[in-house]
Amino acid sequence: MIALPLLLPLGFAILNVLAWKSPRAQRVLTLVGAALQTGAAFWLLGRVRAEGILHLPIGNWPAPFGIVLTADLFSAIMLAVSAVVGLAAALYSQGGMDERRVRYGYYPLFFFLLTGVNGAFLAGDLFNLYVWFEVMLMASFVLIALGGERPQVEGAIKYVILNLLASTLFLSAVGLLYNLCGTLNLADLARRIPALEAGGEVTLIAVLFLVAFGIKSAIFPLFFWLPASYHTPPVTITALFSGLLTKVGVYALYRVFTLLFASDAAYLPTLLLVLAGFTMTTGVLGAAAQMDFRRLLSFHIVSQIGYLLMGLGLFSPAALAAGIYFMVHVILAKTALFFVAGIVRQTEGSYNLKELGSLYARRPGLALLFLLPALSLAGLPPLSGFFAKLALVLAGFDLRSYAIVGVGLGVSLLTLYSMTKVWNEVFWKERKEAGAAPLRPVSAWMWAATLGLAAVSVAAGLLAGPLLDLSAQAAAQLADPSLYIQAVLGGAP
Amino acid sequence: MKRSILLATAARYLMPLMLIFSVFLLLRGHNEIGGGFVGGLVAASALMLYGIAISPAALRTLLPVEPRLLVGLGLLAALTSGLLPVLTGRPFLTGLWLKTPLPVIGKVGTPLLFDTGVYFVVVGVVMWILLSLAEEEAK
Repeated sequence: MIALPLLLPLGFAILNVLAWKSPRAQRVLTLVGAALQTGAAFWLLGRVRAEGILHLPIGNWPAPFGIVLTADLFSAIMLAVSAVVGLAAALYSQGGMDERRVRYGYYPLFFFLLTGVNGAFLAGDLFNLYVWFEVMLMASFVLIALGGERPQVEGAIKYVILNLLASTLFLSAVGLLYNLCGTLNLADLARRIPALEAGGEVTLIAVLFLVAFGIKSAIFPLFFWLPASYHTPPVTITALFSGLLTKVGVYALYRVFTLLFASDAAYLPTLLLVLAGFTMTTGVLGAAAQMDFRRLLSFHIVSQIGYLLMGLGLFSPAALAAGIYFMVHVILAKTALFFVAGIVRQTEGSYNLKELGSLYARRPGLALLFLLPALSLAGLPPLSGFFAKLALVLAGFDLRSYAIVGVGLGVSLLTLYSMTKVWNEVFWKERKEAGAAPLRPVSAWMWAATLGLAAVSVAAGLLAGPLLDLSAQAAAQLADPSLYIQAVLGGAP
Repeated sequence: MKRSILLATAARYLMPLMLIFSVFLLLRGHNEIGGGFVGGLVAASALMLYGIAISPAALRTLLPVEPRLLVGLGLLAALTSGLLPVLTGRPFLTGLWLKTPLPVIGKVGTPLLFDTGVYFVVVGVVMWILLSLAEEEAK
């Protein structure tokens, strides 16, 4: 029953709607639901690993006529990581979400968002991918504006408009592709597109997909909505978005460009690599100029997307594997960093780096919690970021793509600079009005969630060997579309 | 605001008719034009007409339950219709039908349950939005 990771959050969203009047019941439901979802995602990962690519014909209508859900290793890995992030965010929300937003439906929306994310990972045809994207976006539109504070509304407008534009482009591309091939089932498309006579249409559609998913995953030069909006909602929501939303865009890029347009891809690797280089660089340079904790981290999201794109652009199985492992690493590390920023805000009442300080002396534990994911993001051994970048660099050397490797390493140094800056400003330097404000208490839930996620992030570094093996298996499935086609459509070529 | 007597009188007669028509559309669905979504919209516009012609407060007292409860129950019904075939070992959302058609209603199966769920979700969402806006304005 591979629909389980999809049905569980949907079911719990409904239960949360029914329990609207009782925030306490919603809290319990949310914890139970997020835990069950995590269990289901890992169970699915185990099954896909043992049995290969799984698929489920919805309503018992066979592919390519009916709707199918498909889970290959890449989907299963993504489901598992986002379930972990979802569970951490559910814990963090217990302390980090104010009563008013809970009353206006935070928890149901949280689960609708997870439903959309999981649906996108499992979708076996392009139209359903679009639908799940929309489910996810609808929930995120409300989440980003929930509470209705002035900067939030401003951020939400930018977010909504740019994402609607991306959805329109996505839908146009889907329409054109249907016109060309008469099917939208991914496996069926993968079989038909290479057989088409080489023409401009396929290239046009591929580029439309690149732009649509590029906006959604915030690659250069389409990223500007992200730092303009991500810092406005409460940090729990930002952390959830940073862990999941852009990554679904990247997932879609990986899926579409390995499965559908791989044969048409003569121009693609170069294009993707150029974009990857610019995404990394602009993101990290943008971050260098920021003095707001959350804005700084938002720019780093963009920068890290560049590395994910580099994995896709290099296009060898080793590079794809490195990209998948990088995705796991960055989702965990980034969400943990946003959690830390939220705790800093809770104790000190500010996100402004200039106002903060002296936290190393006052909260040594928090300093350590920041340091682990921050150094991981910068790529210091033995943390997960180091292995992720090493794998990418090695893959780049294999293909003699020295330019992008150089850019990647340079950006890595700048990331370290940026993290050092945060360290200096928030934890090391004397606070201006030293000790004036007493530390405010932080909910144990927030500590537990941050600690747990940082521990998982460290574990992802310590278990780099097995995880990279798993990513290599996932990449092998991506690199050979015939496996996917055969799993969904059966033996018929 | 002054209410139109004509509209209010007409609405009292039109609303039940439209509600019956919406149920007809719901049952007619699946193989013919109609279904839960269209039926729900017709029902919602019937209730909306009542709310505009008489008053949002009157509409609120007319509804037996909170709109969001309708949304929740509707979604639950749709989800259940998908899960029933799973209990019999078939894939999610497979249509299960009763062998003998019932009088008036016709063929009954899980798709009808799904459509009913959609019907209530549509009615619930429209009422939720409408009453929130109308009551905000009345404040």
